[in-house]
Amino acid sequence: MSTVDDTIAAVWRIESARIVASVARIVRDVGLAEELTQDALVAALERWPHDGIPDRPGAWLLTAARNRALDLLRRDRSLRTKLEQIGLDLEARQASTVPDFVDELDARARDVLKDDMLRLMFTACHPVLSLDARLALTLKLLGGMATAEIARAFLVPEATMAQRIVRAKRLLGESRVPFELPPPDELGQRLGAVLEAVYLIFNEGHTATAGAAWMRPALADEALRLGRILAELAPHEAEVHGLVALMELQASRMPARLDAAERPVLLLDQDRTRWDGVLVRRGLAALDRAAQLGQPRGAYLLQAEIAACHARAQRAELTDWRRIAALYGELAAVQPSPVVELNRAVAVGMADGPAAGLALVDALTREGRLDGYHWLPTVRGDLLLKLGRRHEARAEFERAAALTANAAERALLHARAHSAADT
Amino acid sequence: MRFMIIVKATASTEAGVMPDESLFAAMGDYNRQLAEAGVLLDGAGLKPSGHGWRIRYDGEERRVLDGPFAETKELVAGYTLIQVSSRAEALEWSRRFPNPHGPGAQAEIEVRPLYELEDFPPSPAIDKMQALRATL
Repeated sequence: MSTVDDTIAAVWRIESARIVASVARIVRDVGLAEELTQDALVAALERWPHDGIPDRPGAWLLTAARNRALDLLRRDRSLRTKLEQIGLDLEARQASTVPDFVDELDARARDVLKDDMLRLMFTACHPVLSLDARLALTLKLLGGMATAEIARAFLVPEATMAQRIVRAKRLLGESRVPFELPPPDELGQRLGAVLEAVYLIFNEGHTATAGAAWMRPALADEALRLGRILAELAPHEAEVHGLVALMELQASRMPARLDAAERPVLLLDQDRTRWDGVLVRRGLAALDRAAQLGQPRGAYLLQAEIAACHARAQRAELTDWRRIAALYGELAAVQPSPVVELNRAVAVGMADGPAAGLALVDALTREGRLDGYHWLPTVRGDLLLKLGRRHEARAEFERAAALTANAAERALLHARAHSAADT
Repeated sequence: MRFMIIVKATASTEAGVMPDESLFAAMGDYNRQLAEAGVLLDGAGLKPSGHGWRIRYDGEERRVLDGPFAETKELVAGYTLIQVSSRAEALEWSRRFPNPHGPGAQAEIEVRPLYELEDFPPSPAIDKMQALRATL
């Protein structure tokens, strides 16, 4: 039912990140570790079709890659000297005696592996790399995706993506980025970079701003998988669970985001019975895990709490807007932004009435920081309409229509402007 | 893509015999591997069919049939729900599933893909993309 190639691809997908991480511990170079792991894959592609697939394909690949790494260490005096200089020879030797992870792992060996995986994540999202490079390396090294797949997902030619990945690996080497966990004083910031990369990948998939639609959910799924892995690797970081919760809850709404005619449906108009119950439950469970840690709530956790308010409301009318408004207030304190403030205005408008919301929107308008952002007049139009100030509402919808570049949205706004004046 | 790994019942699961320590450990270890790989969504063991019932529909009539039910091998004793990127990956994970009734025991698991969103809408992907684009 499945060819040897399919099986090899599946084994690669399951094992490659852990193998790259384990080999990187030996050679202390992520790019080199990835090449050695690729070499092991090539060997598997040559051998397995004839010899059959080994009982423990992951262990086979790991052993093959690790042997290549040790051979290289023996042959390459300069690499050995480099490792000795930084006092890592001993650790490299130890690494070669760590038992295969597919065997019954003792707790220590498992910790070593988790540690290696975390190092790999931190390295792939290292601040010397551009954001584009971080996303590409994360998908390549941790997702085990092929360069061609990543290129398709980001809508760039394969050669461009290959270049990006090669340059990123070279830059890590040239900048002497150590294969280490960040020092404690940098940990929070560096973890933030990892979370940012995962969430950007998710949004590439979730929002589908461009490109082949069928590739997009795959990216969202990949980000979810990376987030879930990260939550197992760093279970004591509340923001990790916050990000996972946020992604699970946003993904749970995917089935309700389009109507039968494939038109987008706004959150409050979605058929909530179509929300994915498994993902909703997982999202709420991730929030519980975060809450148990008793840490101050960061931006991901707060956004997840807001998403959870929607998830818990069985009907849109049951939404706890007061709580959402308070959460946006907290979010604005952690991550001040006029867009957060606009969202807070919407929530306040729902909780305390349109006049209260309008006061906040008007304050934002005076600040002028959202000039040119079509959601500002859209929200203002909504609130004015609720207050019965129809002509002003109409003017706001027209202004919003003039600001959006999206044709479907513009049509919708014109229609709203029209009906605001009519009724 | 989601797949459900379904564990079929045996005489001992139907008798409510709890798995021994080593089997618990093996299943726990497997579930941990799934979780650490980010593919585990959900899973549970089911009590014997004697704790459950069936509803039989016959025309307008509904009849409650209390368990236990005879056809042991057709009954479900537990499930594990995973999310992976391909059928081959699901196959590879299922190959690693420990014998659910202990080493050496006769047992069977069954793996079934779940219907996905894209199995439903007949419209071309291009339309979907444009519509999604318009949401934003």
